[in-house]
Amino acid sequence: MIDAEAREYHLVIASRFENIELVQVVIEDALRQTAATDDQRHWIGLALREALANAIKHGNRLDPEKRVDVEAEVGPSLVRIRIRDEGQGFEPEEIRDPLSEENRFRADGRGIFYMRRLMDEVDFRFGPGGGTEVTLIKRLDTNHDNDNDDTSQEEAR
Amino acid sequence: MKIDVRQREGVHILDVEGKITIGRGDVALRDAVHQQLAGGATKMLINLQEVSTIDSSGVGELVSAYTTVTHRGGKLKLVNLPPKVNDILQITQLITVFETFTDEDEAVGSF
Repeated sequence: MIDAEAREYHLVIASRFENIELVQVVIEDALRQTAATDDQRHWIGLALREALANAIKHGNRLDPEKRVDVEAEVGPSLVRIRIRDEGQGFEPEEIRDPLSEENRFRADGRGIFYMRRLMDEVDFRFGPGGGTEVTLIKRLDTNHDNDNDDTSQEEAR
Repeated sequence: MKIDVRQREGVHILDVEGKITIGRGDVALRDAVHQQLAGGATKMLINLQEVSTIDSSGVGELVSAYTTVTHRGGKLKLVNLPPKVNDILQITQLITVFETFTDEDEAVGSF
């Protein structure tokens, strides 16, 4: 359930990398109104960047005529962001493990891995007529005593 | 994103400032590394002190730069990693791939 006090945002962008900045600015600004720490804002912003980059590059294949649709619900204790593209979808099971020895020196293939490490939940859905929808969820830490423990120390295990 | 290049004791130091992210920063880093290689550089040190954000594309470019320089018989090392850049390399266990330093003098002396 999303917070009753959540603010809702709906953005539609053309498939250009420079538009990633626009979405990130809006969402990070919204996060400043919440309990999110500086670290959480940074990591949510990075996960969002990865999802948008995937939608633009792999989903819409850099076709500026194709749109990426972003819906965000930013509440005091929970953030949910849905990103939809107009691409052909993919098989999540076929995503390579970037930690395996054979993939370690590859230049690509880390985006979804980072999303999963940085967010609490990452869910992919594929529309019957095409298009991928990824939902990113982060529960915000209202206890600022843990300001620096939400990523590297926990997630690198 | 901005990259300035200087030399110390035969080491080509790339001072990177801003975001190493998809579409702009990653391309700029690739171009800068290739330009140094084309100019004959074999000892390369990337100074990340002023990097505010790096995404998976930026990480990919660092890995590419490392493999390209290494395959040509050169060395590429990293210095002054901000905590969030360090974290992102840690998550994908790449921090063990790169030789990293917190001090530029030490980094330059290590080549």
